[in-house]
Amino acid sequence: MLELYDGSLDVPKILKEWYEGEATSNYGAYIPFVGTVRSEDGIDGLSFDIYEPILNSWFDAWQEKAKAKGAIIKMAHSRGDVMLHESSYIAAVFSPKRRVALEFIDEFVEDFKASAPIWKYDLLDGKRVYAADRSTPIKGSGLLAKEN
Amino acid sequence: MVRVEFLGPIQKPSLELEIQNLNELAAVLQEDAELSEWLKNCAVAVNDTLVSSLEAPLKDGDKISLLPPVCGG
Repeated sequence: MLELYDGSLDVPKILKEWYEGEATSNYGAYIPFVGTVRSEDGIDGLSFDIYEPILNSWFDAWQEKAKAKGAIIKMAHSRGDVMLHESSYIAAVFSPKRRVALEFIDEFVEDFKASAPIWKYDLLDGKRVYAADRSTPIKGSGLLAKEN
Repeated sequence: MVRVEFLGPIQKPSLELEIQNLNELAAVLQEDAELSEWLKNCAVAVNDTLVSSLEAPLKDGDKISLLPPVCGG
């Protein structure tokens, strides 16, 4: 399940819905990760662009990997502006036993950072500034550059 | 005719081009000084699937997307 929201996430509501949605699915472990905007470098918040077609296929591939281990993944992300101390990202894994979910949440969030087609901007003095130095080229990038 | 879209922070309007493959696209985009820095770090998708080779032929109506470095979360 992949949910996109305009603006910040209502974390308690989403975690509760996910919890209740799987309450009788016989999963022994529910491991959520919540990403919250921190105050640093004078920013007022963050802002996000998302390219949904590729995000959806990336997520579906992960859901298949989880399914093969008897687990499921849920993810929520914000579009647009998210201010300080609000949350923009939740990922969670449900699995029969804890070990699968603990390992999966780590792998999933790391690949999310490296591969999911989402672009982050700092909100600074009313401007939206691309977070170039914190961004990662997707694997295989540079195909169209001169060196090739 | 194929359509080329620049995603996220690239801030460039999309292009309609008469090209047969991605090698031709590379040649066209490398002419654009503003884009040359982006090209070093951009991934390329054809019809929303990431590609790893410039050789695959393009057909009329294909959508090509350039994806600059990402940072979700």
